Amino acid sequence: MSARPIATTRSAAGMPTGRLAVWWVIASEIVIFGGLLGSYVMFRLSHDSFASDAANTNMYIGAFNTWVLLTSSLFAVLGHKAAEEGNGPKAARMLWLTVGGGAVFLLVKTYEWYEKIHHGHTLSSSTFFSFYYTAAGLHALHVIAGMIIMLFVANTARKNLELHRVELIGIYWHFVDVVWIFLFPLLYIAK
Amino acid sequence: MATAPVTHHDAHGHGHHEESWFVHYFWSTDHKMIAKQYMFTGMAMALIGGFFAYCFRMQIAFPGIDVPGFGVVSPNEYNHLITNHGAIMIFWVAMPVLIAAFGNYLIPLMIGCDDMVFPKLNRLSYQIFLLSIVVLIASFFVPGGGFAGAWTMYPPLSAKPEYGLTPLGASLFVTAVALEFVAFLMGGINFVTTAMNSRAPGMRMYDIPMVVWMIVIASILFMASVGPLVAGAVMLLFDQNLGTAFFNPDKGGDPVLWQHLFWFFGHPEVYVVLLPTVGIVAEIITVFARKKLFAYRTVLYTAFGTGVLSFMVWAHHQFIAGIDPRMANIFTITTLLISIPIAEMMFVYIATLYGGAITLTTPMLWALSFIATFLVGGVTGIFLGASGADIYLHDTYFVLAHFHYTFFPIAIIGTFAGLSYWFPKMFGRMMNETLGKIHFWGTIIPFNCIFIPLFVLGAAGEHRRIFDYTNFSELARPELRQLDQFATISLLVMLGFQVLFLFNLFYSLFWGPKAEKNPWKANTLEWTADSPPPHGNWPELPRVYRGPYEYSVPGRDQDYWPQNAQN
Ligand code: HEM
Ligand SMILES: [Cu+2]
Repeated sequence: MSARPIATTRSAAGMPTGRLAVWWVIASEIVIFGGLLGSYVMFRLSHDSFASDAANTNMYIGAFNTWVLLTSSLFAVLGHKAAEEGNGPKAARMLWLTVGGGAVFLLVKTYEWYEKIHHGHTLSSSTFFSFYYTAAGLHALHVIAGMIIMLFVANTARKNLELHRVELIGIYWHFVDVVWIFLFPLLYIAK
Repeated sequence: MATAPVTHHDAHGHGHHEESWFVHYFWSTDHKMIAKQYMFTGMAMALIGGFFAYCFRMQIAFPGIDVPGFGVVSPNEYNHLITNHGAIMIFWVAMPVLIAAFGNYLIPLMIGCDDMVFPKLNRLSYQIFLLSIVVLIASFFVPGGGFAGAWTMYPPLSAKPEYGLTPLGASLFVTAVALEFVAFLMGGINFVTTAMNSRAPGMRMYDIPMVVWMIVIASILFMASVGPLVAGAVMLLFDQNLGTAFFNPDKGGDPVLWQHLFWFFGHPEVYVVLLPTVGIVAEIITVFARKKLFAYRTVLYTAFGTGVLSFMVWAHHQFIAGIDPRMANIFTITTLLISIPIAEMMFVYIATLYGGAITLTTPMLWALSFIATFLVGGVTGIFLGASGADIYLHDTYFVLAHFHYTFFPIAIIGTFAGLSYWFPKMFGRMMNETLGKIHFWGTIIPFNCIFIPLFVLGAAGEHRRIFDYTNFSELARPELRQLDQFATISLLVMLGFQVLFLFNLFYSLFWGPKAEKNPWKANTLEWTADSPPPHGNWPELPRVYRGPYEYSVPGRDQDYWPQNAQN
């Protein structure tokens, strides 16, 4: 059961199968976030109360987290480069650093939510905050999933195995990053 | 499932050993076994969905009757039965059979490779699908009963238990649908990637059999449209359980938002199920008319065009939901536009038949009846697409008859067509033609007898979600009641004939005459593998030299020209 089918090794479309599949995963994820953020924007445009609620978000924390994620993406790129050079152990180290970035992001997020809830802004206190927690929560789930997968990939890459996966998880991580780049202005900046 | 005992021999290094019975049937990563799992699961769900239809149709025709096999149907049970009938038929019958079963079976075989690109993901997709069924069926038995707020799950019925009366059932229902989506997203990624990357050497874009194209386009449509509804499902679950108010106007939410999210998916979804059947029909009519598919590229571009347009028509389901009338105008125009490519495909098929040497085998009968019945469904859609007419017809039995004239050809006729055509390949035996034809007529005639009366009832103003019409004097007129009874009795006849199908299916599975490799003398690659194909499909994977529809080519002594034949 372990050998790959011949199907997996073909590339009639001129792109390795794994990369092609990751792009399709991302395409279907884009519409998930697209639906959520599209709904948010429609609400935002037609409800003035959103602006006053949005004033309660902390732009500096959001900006810091944007920086953290972007930095972690840099490590993912460096990991990819190491993998291309065939340096598995280095690629694994870079992935660990990326995971570290994700962890910092989540810690900051936890603090931020803790503080919000403390001030009475909960999931159900207003539609703005419902979106705020739902969208950022869905994004955070993707961060967590990416970190877990990355640990697995790092573990095989360390032994110089399946190095192409480093690139694949990297693409996914950039996507998670880009989602945040949409969330940040929508939830934190536009007040 | 009595596939001939699989030869456990391994031509090219799959490294699989003597599998246990359990691994073979339930833990297999072979695309053909997964296809059969989807097929049989889908058919089992069709029995449940059919039984539900029987129960609520009995209640409508004979209000208050003690339905044999169920008992007296209470109002809430009635709603529950209708809701789950619709959801089951679309999400747990049409999707698994048309997309997952045929897609899994046909894509690798028709493009000439040994499996899907991600066999384990494929297996996982089926397991999640099965889990979604477990959740759905569990929802029928929780306190308060199964969800009863229509398959479209509109809030507030779906969001507020005090209206929907099914506190837990509603959440489980949404969860089941969401899990089903996850399963098909995984499957779709597998299908699209496999078809794009793993084609046999020599198979160019326009050498791909139409059914593979159609399943791929359908998978892409599904992936592109389901996202907002996944987000919507999360929001709905939060509204149900965590006190958010996305869809609750009292607290600043908007119930119509759900309708947008649902139909943004819902309308493309009808093409997701349509396209595979359109593909199946293309394979069948070319083989049994011995003709090249008329305008292959046009069909393909049309399918892409329909796919794009299908994202711009969704609000035709919401003409009376309070949307801006100017918006209704736009959606009327797009809806009328989309009937053009659909009609065109049907004409292309008729042109394919023109002048062909037609043999009326069972699969061919099904394929032809698809064209005939689907046309009725498509044409009545135009009436509904005109927002003025729809204000009257919306939510009447006219709508219901419209979409059954589309879904029945798609899901039921398409399944019977595909199954009777590929059965020899899938199971290595032939089905009985005589039984097949009797079953065909016994299904198609009652089908029309069920739904033609419903067009009339709808035009007379009968609303489609009422439990007992005797409470409404203007709808309780005897001539209308008799039409309902006629439709219900036709349903009983149709369900009765399905026993014949099940008999034919299981009898042929075990005792049907052995099938040769290529009983229909078809061109596509699956017919060059053994019947049934072993694990890995071919000892040596084929190479492709030409398109799939080279039938009756002048100057050749045979009237077919397999894709892999060098000359
Ligand atoms: C691909 C085949 C089709 C399928 C499977 C299909 C399916 C459906 C379904 C399931 C509904 C009712 C949904 C509900 O309220 O529960 C519906 C309604 C409708 N369909 Fe179709 N349809 C198809 C083709 C068409 C076409 C070609 C048109 C127009 C040109 C059309 C126009 C409409 C309209 C306007 C409605 C809304 C009617 C109303 O609710 O008042 N459909 N269709
Ligand atoms: Cu529609």
